[in-house]
Amino acid sequence: MTHGTPTTPGTSRTSRLSVGMLARVEGEGGMHVEIHDGQVTSVALNIFEPPRFFEAFLRGRAWTEPPDITARICGICPVAYQTASCSAIESICGAQVSEPIRLMRRLLYCGEWIESHALHIYLLHAPDFLGYESAIEMAADHRAVVERGLRLKKAGNQLMTTVGGRAVHPVNVKVGGFYRMPTRAELDAIRPQLERALEDALETVRLVGGFDVPDLEQPYTYLALRSPHGYAIESGVPVTSTGTTFAVADFPRRIREDHVARSNALHARLDGTTYAVGPLARYSLNHDQLSPACRQAAREAGLGTTCRNPFRSIVVRSVELAYAAEEALRIIDDWQDGAAPAVPVQPRAGQGCGASEAPRGTIFHRYVLDSDGLITDAQIVPPTSQNQLSIESDLAAVAQAWVDLDDEQLTWRCEQAIRNYDPCISCATHFLDLRVTRS
Amino acid sequence: MAEQSPPTLAVWKFASCDGCQLSILNLEDELLTIVEQIRIAYFPEATRAVVEGPYDLSLVEGSVTTPEDAERIHQIRAASGRLVTIGACATAGGIQALRNTADIEEFRSIVYAHPEYLSTLDRSTPISAHVGVDGELRGCPVDAGQLLELIAATVQGRAPRLARYSVCVECKRRGSVCVAVASDTPCLGPVTQAGCGALCPAVGRGCYGCFGPQDSANAAGLTRQLLDHGVPVASIRRLYRTFNTGAEAFRAEADRLAQEVHR
Repeated sequence: MTHGTPTTPGTSRTSRLSVGMLARVEGEGGMHVEIHDGQVTSVALNIFEPPRFFEAFLRGRAWTEPPDITARICGICPVAYQTASCSAIESICGAQVSEPIRLMRRLLYCGEWIESHALHIYLLHAPDFLGYESAIEMAADHRAVVERGLRLKKAGNQLMTTVGGRAVHPVNVKVGGFYRMPTRAELDAIRPQLERALEDALETVRLVGGFDVPDLEQPYTYLALRSPHGYAIESGVPVTSTGTTFAVADFPRRIREDHVARSNALHARLDGTTYAVGPLARYSLNHDQLSPACRQAAREAGLGTTCRNPFRSIVVRSVELAYAAEEALRIIDDWQDGAAPAVPVQPRAGQGCGASEAPRGTIFHRYVLDSDGLITDAQIVPPTSQNQLSIESDLAAVAQAWVDLDDEQLTWRCEQAIRNYDPCISCATHFLDLRVTRS
Repeated sequence: MAEQSPPTLAVWKFASCDGCQLSILNLEDELLTIVEQIRIAYFPEATRAVVEGPYDLSLVEGSVTTPEDAERIHQIRAASGRLVTIGACATAGGIQALRNTADIEEFRSIVYAHPEYLSTLDRSTPISAHVGVDGELRGCPVDAGQLLELIAATVQGRAPRLARYSVCVECKRRGSVCVAVASDTPCLGPVTQAGCGALCPAVGRGCYGCFGPQDSANAAGLTRQLLDHGVPVASIRRLYRTFNTGAEAFRAEADRLAQEVHR
């Protein structure tokens, strides 16, 4: 199926698969695969989401503003942006948040994981495996399944509303913590929904564990944060599957981004190599930190302690969904009222970096402040720009492995390979190249 | 009602964060009922299926920032019965309209190594700058309740009931303490259109104007109050220049303050 942007006509021996507008992804992208005499000769993920220039207009803004402004990069994962930007600015100002504030950030972030993962698993990804164009069509035959997905998504949104004040672009987050700390009574009120969400999530693992999944193992280098506080969500230190680790503050030296003609998103490399972030990376690097119940659910769904089949990402995402629900309940149960909502922060000149685990993978932020607390430079590296080269290498492997499928089937399979990443194209379309600086 | 096919809905995206169209999918309790009453004909974030136009209702998210999009919106207008813009990007140009007061060439080279690969306009403009619109939902993001009201009104063939008063009314109704009076917190509530439910004062912070200017906003009056309370001019300008920087009342006041600084 081809619609949206026009494509170049093929030559006689060359066939081109082309999807002008990818469906069921966040934002606007397309893909092109070229096959020549049965060999895949070129693949490209095109991102034509218009650039919005966040890094440029952040210059001159106040140190207090990045959590609200950068949230607007993505309506699906605003908390990822809020958390990473707060951490970066707190590091410049030498502020350390208290343990209750860290836990409340983690709780808010659990809400975002639940909302985002449920959206992707049920509304965007499951229709691929069950053979429907959309979850709405799927609901005609599998109403209870879609209702479970919506219930899960709602639980995540309710948690974000309780802690953050709003599900999309929460208003309660600030540098140093929160404007107002939710109370134990407010948190207890959403407990029943989260208990149900945990049951629903474990049911989800069983459901997607039974999907017929294409066989494909990819030689990824994984990168994820690792945290002493448990499975990394709101903070941590970058580690990789090749045994490398580095401080968050070193990311501008280790991760480099290139601008290529086919995409309005930059392509990131780690020490010059392609790498992948996201649920598969987190699971493979931090499996030991999952709860016993989640590890058991993963085992029963056929997962080992690592996973290199991108088509199984839906299973890993559902294990993380269960973990987020369980972790949210744990934080609520231990919560004691009385903690200060924020620590005092005084702006000062300097550079600082922050990172967190967005639902789609690690996100990095860097800011430079002047002595008035105004931003002079900003850099944001979201997960989808880091995954773009991996998505293209998956696309090449998938197109080659299933080259005998007819064009329509192969196109769908390739689309699915892209949706495995839950790519957020809105996020991916605005990055700073370090080689260019303002004079 | 006589037997007839349900109205068709299309959801279109321009430069935006996806948060407003996500708000449609966030109507978890109503979604499956809505799709019994209204046929989703084009919504790529949710479905691969495409139904050819015309569409009874088009919801448009995002602002126009590229030459291609400036063309596309005319095609969408032609294929749509009613066209309603959803959110601050579509109604006012969004946060990306901050480029309108900057040098776009510089913006391009700050973010991208090869600005020549990009196709972008030097201004981010609302949908209404290009085609006629039949209605708008404010907000960054839109409020789910207002979205539901809009869809219900479309099915029932009536005008949606949307508040036109200021956030202050919602704040009083909610019983929140006035943050401007009680704690000298700069708050755009008096000049901002209601619809969010006065969320920010409820957590003890000032309104940051994400629903854009209210019909009879007296921004100059609010500025005088803020100045009296010691808020620096530069901070007040930034307050107006965020998610609705392109909305007339906020743009004009920020521009006026810029002149004051230079004087």
